[in-house]
Amino acid sequence: MAPKTKAAGDGTGLVEMAWDPITRIVGSLGIHTKIDFKQKRVAECYSTSSVFRGYSVFMRGKDPRDAHFITSRICGICGDNHATCSVYAQNMAYGVKPPHLAEWIINLGESAEYMFDHNIFQENLVGVDYCEKMVKETNPGVLELAERTEAPHAAEHGYRTIADIMRSLNPLEGEFYREALQVSRYTREMFCLMEGRHVHPSTLYPGGVGTIASVQLFTDYLSRLMRYVEFMKRVVPLHDDLFDFFYEALPGYEEVGRRRVLLGCWGALNDPEYCDFTYANMSDWGRRMFVTPGIIVDGKLVTNDLTDINLGIRILLGSSYYEDWQGQEQFVTHDPLGNPVDPRHPWNQHTIPAPQKRDFDDKYSWVMSPRWFDGKDHLALDTGGGPIARLWSTALSGLVDIGYVKATGHSVVINLPRSMTKPETTFEWKIPKWSNALERNRARTYFQAYSAAVALHFAEKGLEEVRAGRTQTWEKFEVPDEGIGVGFTEAVRGVLSHHMVIRDGKIANYHPYPPTPWNASTRDTFGTPGPYEDAVQNTPIFEENTPENFKGIDIMRAVRSFDPCLPCGVHMYVGGGKTVKSMHVPTGLSGLGG
Amino acid sequence: MTEATPGTVGAADADGAPADETPTIHILWINAGLSCDGDSVALTAAMQPSIEEIVLGVLPGLPKIAVHWPLIDFECGPIGGSDTFIEWFFKGERGEIDPFVLVVEGSIPNEAIKPEGYWCGFGDNPETGQPITTSEWIDRLAPKALAVVAIGTCATYGGIHAMAGNPTGAMGVPDYLGWDWKSHAGIPIVCVPGCPIQPDNFSETLTYLLYQAAGSAPMIPLDDKLRPTWLFGATVHEGCDRAGYYEQGQFALSYDSPTCLVKLGCWGPVVKCNVPKRGWMNGIGGCPNVGGICIACTMPGFPDKFMPFMDEPPGAKVSSNASGAYGAVVRKLRSITARTVDKEPKWRSTGDRITTGYRPPW
Repeated sequence: MAPKTKAAGDGTGLVEMAWDPITRIVGSLGIHTKIDFKQKRVAECYSTSSVFRGYSVFMRGKDPRDAHFITSRICGICGDNHATCSVYAQNMAYGVKPPHLAEWIINLGESAEYMFDHNIFQENLVGVDYCEKMVKETNPGVLELAERTEAPHAAEHGYRTIADIMRSLNPLEGEFYREALQVSRYTREMFCLMEGRHVHPSTLYPGGVGTIASVQLFTDYLSRLMRYVEFMKRVVPLHDDLFDFFYEALPGYEEVGRRRVLLGCWGALNDPEYCDFTYANMSDWGRRMFVTPGIIVDGKLVTNDLTDINLGIRILLGSSYYEDWQGQEQFVTHDPLGNPVDPRHPWNQHTIPAPQKRDFDDKYSWVMSPRWFDGKDHLALDTGGGPIARLWSTALSGLVDIGYVKATGHSVVINLPRSMTKPETTFEWKIPKWSNALERNRARTYFQAYSAAVALHFAEKGLEEVRAGRTQTWEKFEVPDEGIGVGFTEAVRGVLSHHMVIRDGKIANYHPYPPTPWNASTRDTFGTPGPYEDAVQNTPIFEENTPENFKGIDIMRAVRSFDPCLPCGVHMYVGGGKTVKSMHVPTGLSGLGG
Repeated sequence: MTEATPGTVGAADADGAPADETPTIHILWINAGLSCDGDSVALTAAMQPSIEEIVLGVLPGLPKIAVHWPLIDFECGPIGGSDTFIEWFFKGERGEIDPFVLVVEGSIPNEAIKPEGYWCGFGDNPETGQPITTSEWIDRLAPKALAVVAIGTCATYGGIHAMAGNPTGAMGVPDYLGWDWKSHAGIPIVCVPGCPIQPDNFSETLTYLLYQAAGSAPMIPLDDKLRPTWLFGATVHEGCDRAGYYEQGQFALSYDSPTCLVKLGCWGPVVKCNVPKRGWMNGIGGCPNVGGICIACTMPGFPDKFMPFMDEPPGAKVSSNASGAYGAVVRKLRSITARTVDKEPKWRSTGDRITTGYRPPW
C-alpha cells in the first residue's frame, strides 16, 4: 500500500492547490493537492466528489424490471453499461436465458460503446493534454524537440513529426481532433443500431432485446465497423509514437501517475454458448467471456473466478458523507452456493447519506471506498481507466482465442482484416512495465482495436443466426417474489457490478458499483488512500512553469489517465518554506486553508 | 472551447462576422446539477448543426461565441492560478462577460432540507473553502443571464433524480426559479427535455437562441411547459412508423415483434417527443420505431407516472381493444386490395402484339 501522507500544517511550506471542477472528464470531480515545488513532487492528494443523487435510496420498493432503465441514468457516457449490467443481474434473478442472437446484439452494442467512448475521451478530452497548444504552454522545450523528431510510424498515420501529431490534436482546429468527433458519431450510430439510442438504451430488456434482427441491421453495422477498423490502423501507431516520445523527451516520465499494480477487471461480453446467467455456473461462464475477468496484484493473476471476485468485494467508509450500516439488517447471509456473504458486501449495504461540511482531515467526499479483500488485506484496486486492466487480465489468463483476438499469457494479439486502403494488420499489446498514466492511455488505444476485432466476431455469429432463421431475440420470464441477482461487466472505465435483492416482488436492495467509485475512492477506515490519491501522490512534476503560472499538467495527465467520471479536486504545495499564498484560495485542507 | 482557444473567436472573425457590432456571447455551462452528463455527451453527437459548426460559427449570421463547457474545455488550471475554468463563472457574476447564456444540466436538489453540507456543488467558495452549491450559482447568475436554458429532463422537470423516495428533494430549474421567471431580456426559461436530449434537438435550440441574440430571429416559441414548439408539438405516436400496426390492431406480445408495443409498456400515444420521426442521430435509432418502448423520458411526469415501465399503460387497454376490433376488419379489406396491387397489369408480357392500349401506326 502507498505510504500514509504527511500531516498538513507541519510547516513544510508545501503549496496547496486545487482543481475543482476538473474539465475534460465526465461529471464534477475535484482534486485537492499539496505540492512540493522544491522537490517537484506532489506530497498529498485528496479526491472529492460534490454530487450525491442516491440511486440505491430511491430504487427501493420499485419494480425490479425498471432497474435497467433507471440505472442507465447513473452515467451519461456509459449508461448503457449499467443497463446491460442490470439486465444481467435481472436475468440471474428471474432465471431467464436470452436467445443467443440477443447476446450477440448486446455484445455488438457494448463493443460500439467502447469504440465510441474510448475514441472521444482519448482524442477530444485526454488528447488535449498532449496537444501542441498545451505542450507549448507547459513544456516549450518538449515541443521544440517534438518539432525535430520524426514520427517512427509516419507511413501508417501520415504525420511526419511528433509535433505534427500534437498539432492535429489541438482543440477544434486540429484535423485529427475533428476527425475523432466524426468517428464518435458513426460509432454511436453503430451503437444505436443495436441498442436503439445512446447513451440510455431503449431496446434492452431482461430476457433479451427488442432490436429487430435483420440482414440490414448487421450490414449497416458492419459497413461502419470496417471504417473504424481502417481508422484504428492509423490510430494505434499514432498513439504509440506520441506516448513513446514522452518517455524519450522527459526521462522519468514513467513515474507520472504510477502506482503499484493493483488491477481489477470483472470481465465483459458474454459467450451465449456458455453463459446461462446462473450463479452456480458463474465461475465457468465468467471465464468464457470475451474479456477475461481477473484481479492482478504486482503483475500476478490472483483469480479469474467471478464467484471469488464477488465474495471479496467490501464497501468501506472512512472519509465519505455516510452513516455506517453496521448492525443493520443483513439481506444476504449466504450466496446460492452456500458461501457466507460479508455484511460489508454490496448485497448487504445500506446507503444512509449524512451531508456535512467538507473536511480533508475527516470526511471529504460523497464517494465511498470499495476494496477487494484477498483474505488478508483490503486492496484499493484500480481499473486504470478500464483498458489496461482488461488487456492485462485477458493477456494473463490466456483464454480468449477467436482468430481476431488471441491472448497469449503475456500479451494480446489483435488481428484486423484488410480494409479499404490498408492491408491486414496485426497489433500486439504486451504487458507493460508500469501501471502509469502513459500506459493507461496506450492501453485505451489498443483496446479500441480489441473492441473492433471482437465486434467482427460477434457480427459473424449474429449473421449466422439470422441466416439460419433463428431471429428470436427475447425470452419470456417471471419476476419471483424473493430472489437475488448479480451482474458483472466491464463498463468503459472498468469494473462494474450490480447487486440486487428482491422481496415481495419489489426491489429491497440495489447497489451498483461502477469503476469510478473504486478509482476516485477516498481514504478508507484503514487510512489507505484511493487510487487517484495514491497515483497523484507519487507524481513528479515535469512542467516547466513556475508556481505562479503553473497549470499542473502532469497531475491532470495522471488523473485523466484514469478516465474519471466524477467531481474531484487536488491541492498542492510549493517547497523551500515559501508558501505562495497569493495563488491559492482556502480549500479546507487542514492547516493550510487560508 | 473558450475565448482563449485559437480558432474559436478567430474563425468567426475570418468568417466576416461583424466583430465590433455584436459582442461575443458567452455560454456558461453548469453540469453539476444532479446529472449524469448525458446531455453534454449527447450534444457531441449532434450533426445538424454539430458543436464544432456552432463554435466555429459555420452557419451564416451566427454571433461569435465562447463556450465554457466542462466536458471538453481546454482550460484546466488550478483554482486562483492560470487558466482556471471556474473563473469564468465568477466573471459572469461580476458582470465582466455580458451577454452570457446560462445552461444548466441536472436537477436542482433542495439544499434547505438538511442541517449542513451540500447535495451538489460546483467549484469552491474562496471565503469558506467549501463547495458552492449549484442552486447558489443559479441564484448568482440567473439574474444576469441573457437566457437560462435547462438541458435534459432533470434540469427541466426534475427527472429520474426527482423520483418518489429520493433523498435530495430534487426539482427542475423552473420549479426552482419559478415557471413565470423571465431573464432581464424577457426570455422565459428554455426547456429542452429528453433523457438524454436528442442531440439535434438541443443544438437546434441553441442555434435558434444565438440567432435570436443576434437580432435575426423573433422570440423563441415555447409551449406552456417551456418547450420549443416546433420540436415538441407532436406525440411519439404521431411520428411512429409502427402506428400502422396500431391502426390494424396488431399488438406485440413479445418485445422482439415488429408490431406496435403499446401492450408491452409503450407510452408513445401520450408523450410529446419527436424521436421516432427524427431518429436518434443521423436518422438512425430511436425508441418504439426500433423496438424500445417509450418510457416518456421527455415528460414532466417522468418517471413516476410511467412506472413500472414494462406494464401496459392503463389508458392503452381501452383504445387498443377498440383498435383490435376495428383493425381486424381494416386488415381483412387491405389484404384483398394488397393482393390486387401486388400483381403487375396484364399487358407486361412478351409476344408479337402490344396490349397496352397503344395503337401502332404501322
